[in-house]
Amino acid sequence: MRHENIEINAALMIVLILVVVSIGGLVEIVPLFYIDKTIEKVEGVRPYTALELRGRDIYIREGCYLCHSQMVRPFRDEWLRYGHYSLAAESRYDHPFQWGSKRTGPDLARLGGKYSNAWHVQHLAAPRSVVPESIMPNYSWLLQNKLYYKDVGDRMGALRVTGVPYSATQAEYDANVKTFGKGVADQLDISAAELNLQAQDKAGNYDGNPNKLTEMDALVAYLQVLGAMVDFNKYNEGYFAEFR
Amino acid sequence: MAQSVTLPSEEQYNYDVIRKFTIMAVVWGVIGMCVGLYAALELAFPYLNFDLPGLTFGRLRPVHTTLVIFGFGGSILFATSYYVVQRTCQARLAFPLLAEFTFWGWSAGVGLGALTYLAGITQGREYAEFEWPLDIAITLVWVCFLLIYVATLLRRNQPHIYVANWFYLAFILTVAILHIFNNLAVPVSLTKSYSLFSGVQDAMTQWWYGHNAVGFFLTAAFLGMMYYFVPKQAGRPIYSYRLSIIHFWALIFLYMWAGGHHLHWTALPDWVSTLAAAFSILLLLPSWGGMINGIMTLSGAWDKLRSDPIMLFLITSLSFYGMSTFEGPLMSLKSVNALSHYTDWTIGHVHSGALGWVALVSFGSIYHLFPRLYSTRMYSQTLIYVHFWLATIGIVLYITAMWVAGIGQGLMLRGFDQYGNLAYTFTETVEFLHTPYVWRAIGGAFFVTGILVMVYNLVMTLIAARREEAALQAKLAAKLARA
Repeated sequence: MRHENIEINAALMIVLILVVVSIGGLVEIVPLFYIDKTIEKVEGVRPYTALELRGRDIYIREGCYLCHSQMVRPFRDEWLRYGHYSLAAESRYDHPFQWGSKRTGPDLARLGGKYSNAWHVQHLAAPRSVVPESIMPNYSWLLQNKLYYKDVGDRMGALRVTGVPYSATQAEYDANVKTFGKGVADQLDISAAELNLQAQDKAGNYDGNPNKLTEMDALVAYLQVLGAMVDFNKYNEGYFAEFR
Repeated sequence: MAQSVTLPSEEQYNYDVIRKFTIMAVVWGVIGMCVGLYAALELAFPYLNFDLPGLTFGRLRPVHTTLVIFGFGGSILFATSYYVVQRTCQARLAFPLLAEFTFWGWSAGVGLGALTYLAGITQGREYAEFEWPLDIAITLVWVCFLLIYVATLLRRNQPHIYVANWFYLAFILTVAILHIFNNLAVPVSLTKSYSLFSGVQDAMTQWWYGHNAVGFFLTAAFLGMMYYFVPKQAGRPIYSYRLSIIHFWALIFLYMWAGGHHLHWTALPDWVSTLAAAFSILLLLPSWGGMINGIMTLSGAWDKLRSDPIMLFLITSLSFYGMSTFEGPLMSLKSVNALSHYTDWTIGHVHSGALGWVALVSFGSIYHLFPRLYSTRMYSQTLIYVHFWLATIGIVLYITAMWVAGIGQGLMLRGFDQYGNLAYTFTETVEFLHTPYVWRAIGGAFFVTGILVMVYNLVMTLIAARREEAALQAKLAAKLARA
């Protein structure tokens, strides 16, 4: 076929463009949903609790992902600095993913459990009071803002539509008990979301003020579970290499 | 009363919507670049965040990227595509009311987007931060854009569709696909939604979108611009028609495979990232095909670089295009990416493309377009030269500072001492970045000063055009009165 035939026919040109630009995405993205090995089979990864989910929403609202990645790469320096490299399984309930593209600050994928709640509160409110060289903004308003959580059930409901196993029926709850155990399944129950959120705040007392449920509580609760769900002692290195 | 029989071009073509988009492009450019400069200063001097939520880097950054990419870049693409499709088809723009709607719809979408980011309303997806109601509104505007564009093509008084239009057409079609699939989400309320995909699949979808926002929004479409304005300004035909055919199809095919190189060494399966790296290297060929075709169009007329500041803008932009499309494949090699990824090298790379290629080719085209839209001449040629040098010095300072910052930080982070321990803490690298960050802001300030010089030049041109028009009207009225 002479190229001239395309140049004089707008419809043909449109069709050919659509075909040519579709191939790359079809070959590279669609299989990721079907190839079994894309997500590692690993124990411990669970959806976020109501409080952690609200913390994650605040993380996204403030644009934390623009300076912090959540993706440890399989290099020696990153192993020493952050810990075990990240698995695809660890972000399987992340809508959207927060792997990031820039480390103006350090990676946060293995932040959970590394520092105390009090350190996080101090650092978020006034980073330079803990790390003098830091260039992070102060997030002092997180301590003042009361956490809005009346719609947390709706939020979990929307995530349920995308496929996150928050339970709305007895059958779904039972399935969660089977997969995650009763303790986690209770946290994933949408009808108990608000009560669970309050209870986790009371028990965790993340911001140091038990009488006030703030955005700081939620954010710290979220940061404290980052990368802390998988027990890597249970697996030897060869196991994960199989999935790469 | 004998009137001229040939229709003046502003009556043959719809220039009104083009004027609006051109002016709005400059307005978004100034605001977006000022926000970028401020954000850059925040990284050097963090007290500039002033403990105000709307002013923190995390909320300003999407304002900057949205205003410069979709505000400045988008508006100039609307303007030039409407101009080029009319001129090359020798047909008036179809659906004038719809065209008017694309202007108001697009401008409102970009403006509202920026305001919602300041309020913390965001999808948390880079370069696709608009929440779902704005996404739907933008899709609507885009469909109208496609309709207008294709309908105008069908009206053409030429058998052939000129090459610039292939690029614009591919851009409009592909951006629609990318935008729709990357923004699939389940809404919670008007201001919050969760993406349909999660984790690794979501990451790949996002960077398939993100890389092709670069490939089609910031490259293919601007190549369309190049294919009209470079030959026009040079007064010569395009260097090789055959080359334009080959590099067009190769470019749009290969770009769509390359997104995975943003996810090297992550939890994305190796087969995807290797495939993406291979296609990224191949992408060098069509990219340079376009650059060579543009620059060689000037062969036989190189002296224009000495006498025509607009030509300087256009040819320098192609040189930056060539440089950044060489740097891109280089950074997509896994071993290079291991060092460059997550560092400021990426930021430098983006800006050598965005400032060096996209902004410079836009400035050149605006200087070509503006006097024609108002049937006058630019107020000052000297100020075009001043703008050119301010912009070029700014870009060089910017990208050099980011090379130092990115490569320096990358090397520090992977440094070990003699016992095999990490040589530097992360904090030490942040300290190291201060000086390059200051230089980056200085480079940015040069660039912003340049666009302000352009604004002055354009405003003075407009004033002169008004005066000429008034004088002409007065002359005509006097003549009529005498008759």
